[in-house]
Amino acid sequence: MYNARPVCIGIVILVVLLTAPFWVGLFGKNYTETGVQTPTNHEACVEDADFMRAQHMRLLNEWRDQALRNENRTYVAKDGKKWEISLQNTCMKCHTSYKDFCEKCHISNSVSPYCWSCHIIPTEGK
Amino acid sequence: MLESLLVVLLIAAVAWIGSCIGLTAVFGIVLPYVAVLVFIIGLVKRMIYWAKSPVPFAIPTTGGQERSLDFIPYAKLDCPSSKFGVFVRMVLEVCCFRSLFRNTQACTFENDPVNGGARVVYYSSKWLWFFSLLFHYCFLIVFLRHFRFFMEPVPSCIGIIEAVDGVLQIGAPRFFLTGGLLLCALLFLLARRIFDQRLRYISLANDYFPLFLLIGIVLSGICLRYFDKAEIAQVKIFIMGLTHFSPVISGLDLNGMFIVHLTLVCTLLIYFPYSKLVHMPGIFFSPTRNLPTNTREVRHVNPWNPPKQFFTYPEYEDTYRDAMAAAGLPLEKQPEKKPTE
Amino acid sequence: MAKLPSPKDLLASRPDFPAESWLDTKPEFAPGSYCYPEKKETMELLHMPNPHDWDPSAEDWNLPDDWEKILCDAFADRLAKHRSLKLFMDICVRCGACADKCHFFLGTNDPKNMPVLRAELLRSLYRRDYTKLGKILGKKVGARGWDKNVVKELFYYAYQCTECRRCSLFCPYGIDTAEITAIVRELMHEVGLGTHWIMDPVKNCSFTGNHLGIKPHSFKEIVEMLADDCETVTGIRPKTPFNEKGHEILFITPSGDVFADPGIYTFMGYLLLFHELDLDYTLSTYASEGGNFGSFTTFNMAKKLNAKMYAEAERLGSKWILGGECGHMWRVVNQYMATYNGPSPSHMTVPKSPITGTVFKNAAATKMVHITEFTADLIRHGKLNLDPSRNDHIITTFHDSCNPARAMGLLEEPRYILKHVCNHFVEMPENTIREQTFCCGAGSGLNTEEIMELRMRSGMPRGNALRYVQQKYGVNHMACVCAIDRATLPPLANYWAPGVNVSGLHELVANALVMKGEPKRTMDLRQEDLPGVEDDAEGGEDQ
Repeated sequence: MYNARPVCIGIVILVVLLTAPFWVGLFGKNYTETGVQTPTNHEACVEDADFMRAQHMRLLNEWRDQALRNENRTYVAKDGKKWEISLQNTCMKCHTSYKDFCEKCHISNSVSPYCWSCHIIPTEGK
Repeated sequence: MLESLLVVLLIAAVAWIGSCIGLTAVFGIVLPYVAVLVFIIGLVKRMIYWAKSPVPFAIPTTGGQERSLDFIPYAKLDCPSSKFGVFVRMVLEVCCFRSLFRNTQACTFENDPVNGGARVVYYSSKWLWFFSLLFHYCFLIVFLRHFRFFMEPVPSCIGIIEAVDGVLQIGAPRFFLTGGLLLCALLFLLARRIFDQRLRYISLANDYFPLFLLIGIVLSGICLRYFDKAEIAQVKIFIMGLTHFSPVISGLDLNGMFIVHLTLVCTLLIYFPYSKLVHMPGIFFSPTRNLPTNTREVRHVNPWNPPKQFFTYPEYEDTYRDAMAAAGLPLEKQPEKKPTE
Repeated sequence: MAKLPSPKDLLASRPDFPAESWLDTKPEFAPGSYCYPEKKETMELLHMPNPHDWDPSAEDWNLPDDWEKILCDAFADRLAKHRSLKLFMDICVRCGACADKCHFFLGTNDPKNMPVLRAELLRSLYRRDYTKLGKILGKKVGARGWDKNVVKELFYYAYQCTECRRCSLFCPYGIDTAEITAIVRELMHEVGLGTHWIMDPVKNCSFTGNHLGIKPHSFKEIVEMLADDCETVTGIRPKTPFNEKGHEILFITPSGDVFADPGIYTFMGYLLLFHELDLDYTLSTYASEGGNFGSFTTFNMAKKLNAKMYAEAERLGSKWILGGECGHMWRVVNQYMATYNGPSPSHMTVPKSPITGTVFKNAAATKMVHITEFTADLIRHGKLNLDPSRNDHIITTFHDSCNPARAMGLLEEPRYILKHVCNHFVEMPENTIREQTFCCGAGSGLNTEEIMELRMRSGMPRGNALRYVQQKYGVNHMACVCAIDRATLPPLANYWAPGVNVSGLHELVANALVMKGEPKRTMDLRQEDLPGVEDDAEGGEDQ
């Protein structure tokens, strides 16, 4: 092999950079479960769980628009049930803990919704 | 071209079907490990393959004035005579695509009033430079954004990248500009291959395939974020399992689109070392760019330099001695005086 | 020679791209599109492999029986020897940035003259033998095997490239087609294929010291004649030292300059300049060739022809070598000479101008200085008495030769000189000069008569840029620093911009040079009357 020194340095740098997804994980914790605590005192959410998992951000976005821009505070779910459009009064009524619910997924996955630029983040013990 | 598209679609379809018939472990665990191994080992082998051949001659392309006389300013960036200068030239080449920035387009006008006939005009043409730069940087940012799946806790720099990327705050989840721009850049690169006659003529399946593959990756990625959503917490558990070499897949809710996305990425990794995509490490080896232009100042050594064999001066003088003597040219050895008969 | 079409017809007759894929088209060896083959005796004399009689236009090229094995082995050997080749085979992404940078492509619109496809001709063979996908998928991924038509194609397009490296400037990875062309030409030589116009000078240079085959006594005679002409013009006969030992400087320039118009005037320029400086130098009849047609043949042949320079400097005890105006000579000197035949003989020293004391540190290893570096330094130090008004009848432009521009970076020195010896200097359009310069269309051994139409085509970008400044600014002169240019540009100018004269830089220097004790100059080096001289004489009578 010719110019072995620069080539080897180059190979090492390349391998280190390209394997970053594997070794950067070592600097922190592993992540094997979300730790989300779902409410126990209610049977169903506004929509079914699958829909809520995937689309809750969209639903909340729509709620915000309905409430603030159209002054419509009633949401009719797919099953015909009516809900009050309100983060505090509807969502947080069951999902009482910001820490144990919202934050669990959002922080780990670097999701920073702008709910809390208007709403006050609920704190425990109030 | 269509063949390449079909191959990409086929790969996607196989992944989709695989995920439906319960082969997620194959596509989600076996394939990624194989792909990463092939990618890393393939690239290292390719670089060693290049390095096994020497650089016999120093052939830098001088893109500007050489360093010669003191009163003549020299082109430090395009004709660097020092190693540091070469480093700067390479950085500009790799990070800014400086050579491509020079690009021009030659247009021939049949009846130009100045020339009184044909005239060739060279217009600056920065499209290719712009879109290839856009593609590479967007790809880099998209890659970096994915580190939120590789790290727990997610470092704040990733959050900053995401905040900037989603600065327009369109929709929820927020629209990341780089995803869209990446797609635009790829479509531009594809369009020029299809609609530019010259490009169409030189393009091979080897050119279309990576483009379609990348478009497939970007589309499936966009789809996962905005439409057929993957549940990112589950994805992160899965990915962290892979990177911690303790893969988990059963019990996780990974949708078919995610398996398609992952499989296309793995295909890219496997294809990479055996294709033109090796230009990524390759550019660092390019002898017209990575050598200083001090070729008269410092001797470059060729390891296989053959022995000198040439028509030497003694042979020359032996051949022409009499004529040279007659012409009064200085000689090493005077001609023997011929006996006069 | 067939009659050339008019420039207009020439441009209009560029064919469209063929409908079928480039893998399915074959070149047509029509007269005028290829150089004549070398003679068998020449190749035998030079111990080149597989010398044989052949005719490019014939169906059968009489290749040796095991030609395919020879070529495959030679290709493998070159891959092992040149990292550049491996790399350039692997990393091209076919972005097409190089396509319209090539003067051959612009002039012919032949897709295989796009640098990318010129390289693909070889790359397609590489893919079959050296890449997994090529092995499996073959033609689908642009891979193909050797056959006799492929050999013909490689030959055809390797001699439609002047190794000017313009594409390498624009390539995002610096892929250098000159490197690929040089190696394809090497491969062709392995099976005995070469061109007469290149191999004949190579033979001459091997056995007489210069391309033109001028023997020592004739060389001396010609130079003396040129010195006589100098005396006719200036009244001063410059000294002509030959093969003399113990001089500080050995001067080497392409032999074309002692032989062919208008190069001879450049040579006279050198003689007058050196005489005026009373320079301690000698010429050599043995190392009487600066150019190197070997570099259009194989790397080893280039080394062989180049070896005479150091050998002669060593024999004569010269401290350093001054090199004349030449293009490919300076590619070899600047980028190959020290590697081929260095280190330089031990008694040689870092070049230092005896007139100004300037040390040419940039030539510390090679110990060879370009004449324009030397002269620019003289002018800078005010060592030359110049009267640029003697060149007032010309409006000149400057043609950067490919090799000094892109393999050396010699851009400012000639301009610096030109601006001091001419009052009227106009640049050609910016994308056709300096590092982006266009080739004269006939470099790298293609300056032969039988391909004149091809030369006019490949010279189109240069000719066109020249015509532009001619029409717009009244340019009537083009200076250059290359002996091949001095041979190829006159017909090119005559075709694309009739009325423009071509000369070397030092012809203009000598015209402007006011020599010590010279009588009033009435004519230039070409013995044409200087304008204004007659008027002056008449004016004198009136008084």
